[in-house]
Amino acid sequence: MELIYAVTVGVMVSCSVFLMLRGHTFAVVIGLTLMSYAVNLFLFASGGLALHEPAILADDVEYTDPLPQALVLTAIVIGFAMTAFALILAIRARADLGNDQVDGRALPGDSLANKESQGKVRQSSVKSTGGSSR
Amino acid sequence: MHLPALPVLLPFFAAVLILFPWFNKRLMWQRVVTQLAFVMLVGISCLILFKTLTGAPLAYALGDWEAPFGIYLLADPLAAFMLVVTSVLALCTHLYACGSDDKTGRFFHPLFLFQLMGLNGAFLTADAFNLFVFFEILLIASYSLLIHGGGRERTRAAQHYVLYNLIGSAFFLIALALLYRAFGTLSIPHMALLAPQLAEESIPLAQSGGLLLMVVFGVKAALLPLHFWLPRTYSTTSISVAALFAVMTKVGVYSLWRIHTVVYGHESGELSDLGVEPLAWLSGLTVVAGSIGALASQTLRWLIANLIIISVGTLLMTVAMGTTESVAAGMYYTLHSTLMSGAFFLIAGLLLMQRGQAEDRFVRSRPLVYPVFTGVLFAVAAMAMIGLPPFSGFLGKVFILQAAVASGDAMWVWPLILLSGLVALISLSRAGTTLFWRTQGSVVPEAKEKVLATHRISAGVLVATTVLLVVLAGPLTEWSVQAAEELHTGVTLQFLNGGQP
Repeated sequence: MELIYAVTVGVMVSCSVFLMLRGHTFAVVIGLTLMSYAVNLFLFASGGLALHEPAILADDVEYTDPLPQALVLTAIVIGFAMTAFALILAIRARADLGNDQVDGRALPGDSLANKESQGKVRQSSVKSTGGSSR
Repeated sequence: MHLPALPVLLPFFAAVLILFPWFNKRLMWQRVVTQLAFVMLVGISCLILFKTLTGAPLAYALGDWEAPFGIYLLADPLAAFMLVVTSVLALCTHLYACGSDDKTGRFFHPLFLFQLMGLNGAFLTADAFNLFVFFEILLIASYSLLIHGGGRERTRAAQHYVLYNLIGSAFFLIALALLYRAFGTLSIPHMALLAPQLAEESIPLAQSGGLLLMVVFGVKAALLPLHFWLPRTYSTTSISVAALFAVMTKVGVYSLWRIHTVVYGHESGELSDLGVEPLAWLSGLTVVAGSIGALASQTLRWLIANLIIISVGTLLMTVAMGTTESVAAGMYYTLHSTLMSGAFFLIAGLLLMQRGQAEDRFVRSRPLVYPVFTGVLFAVAAMAMIGLPPFSGFLGKVFILQAAVASGDAMWVWPLILLSGLVALISLSRAGTTLFWRTQGSVVPEAKEKVLATHRISAGVLVATTVLLVVLAGPLTEWSVQAAEELHTGVTLQFLNGGQP
């Protein structure tokens, strides 16, 4: 069970790192969400994995550690709020900066805007760099 | 006694109060309530400081759950000093915000209060997970304060800051999971107690957790490879928020003291001096990077942001030294650099309003409306920031230099501190001559109405604290040594575990 658990967490973290290294804010936010899931699983495992055991403290019985569960619960709630904020900010940035790149500069070969017209994208990228130096 | 919980609860209840609909349209009442809360906060933190200096540290068991299971708020002198400096800074920066920054959007005042709640909680808590929670509170308030008022540049800076800090929070949780596995507890005094006799198989976990935490606190404190978010963030946000953020980097340094100097201190067996060597290198390089940035700055706000990076590098050197003297010196320097960085942002705000289109760029502009007042503030703050006598920066740096001699680190600490002082001198002289003397034409007509009395009072009071820090330097150094000793010798540990299992 430990092996499956560890592999799951590892795969999730590597996927999230890949997504977070992308330039689009949406991919980054999805990556962050995935990362927080993986971290929650990791946090949960920190008390040791045990199946079908009561979550109470006693001397004579095996038990699962209840504290990591409480920690995970807190982390989930906080993660929720933070993800919501990051999403709203990403939408705001899309509106303010005119594109969905994390540093606010549209790439010439940007796939999102590229399909509509090549020239338009060029123009907007020039505009946004002009705006940033102002 | 509920005294140690008040610095967290008071801003929280004040914020909730002014979120009620009755206050929505009554901005003046929001200001009054917030100012009142901050005045009370200054009083409470001074009282806590007095009590901790004259007696034992104050411990507050949340929900009255006792030592091994409960979560404690712990007010020792170090925490109390941070409370005092934060509340004084908040009082002044909030006064500055009244009438200018708070009109550009809603909920400015509640967010400011929530920010204070997070900061105070982070200073007071004695539990690592609780520290994480308060970090998140102060972060989410800072995200909203950062983009308050809106604008392209602000949104862009906020996006970097938010995403970056979210990744930092994920690392924080990973580190906490590792530490919990290794120690079986997340209470910092308890961890420090267990550290010397940790089981063999737990040591790698504790080491990796400690190093990850160092990365997380490095993000907050702006340690070298993790500091690139800081200049853009600080120079694009509104003035009062930037001034309040002067204390944010110190939260990272404070947490390093709390966890790394105590749990991974000199007498922690296998865990002793964890990551001290890379931290020493990186802190030195942070000073270098900040100096280069300061010399290359084109606006005053950008320059201040780089001076903050220099001061953080200097503080992190004291963490790397890890002796009682260095922590004491670092604490005095923290008081000084927090207040002076905040004051400098307020001065930048005064200049910004008086120079019209030129803002705070180092270019020829129209003359100031209040050249003498602004000039004197600038000169005093600049001398304090550079570290020229007779102001507090000089004393702070002398203490750090002395601590470096005592711990045998003078070889690398002295040149860096002295050269960074020279860099600050060069860049601030260049800034000052351009901002005040390269003028032409008439004054900006609307500047007179823009610069309110509150702006001038708040900036003046904050700059005057440097004089106070010098006048009180004698007792302050004694107290800071006491604070550092209590951090080190573990008076707090015995206190927490005295009579407990």
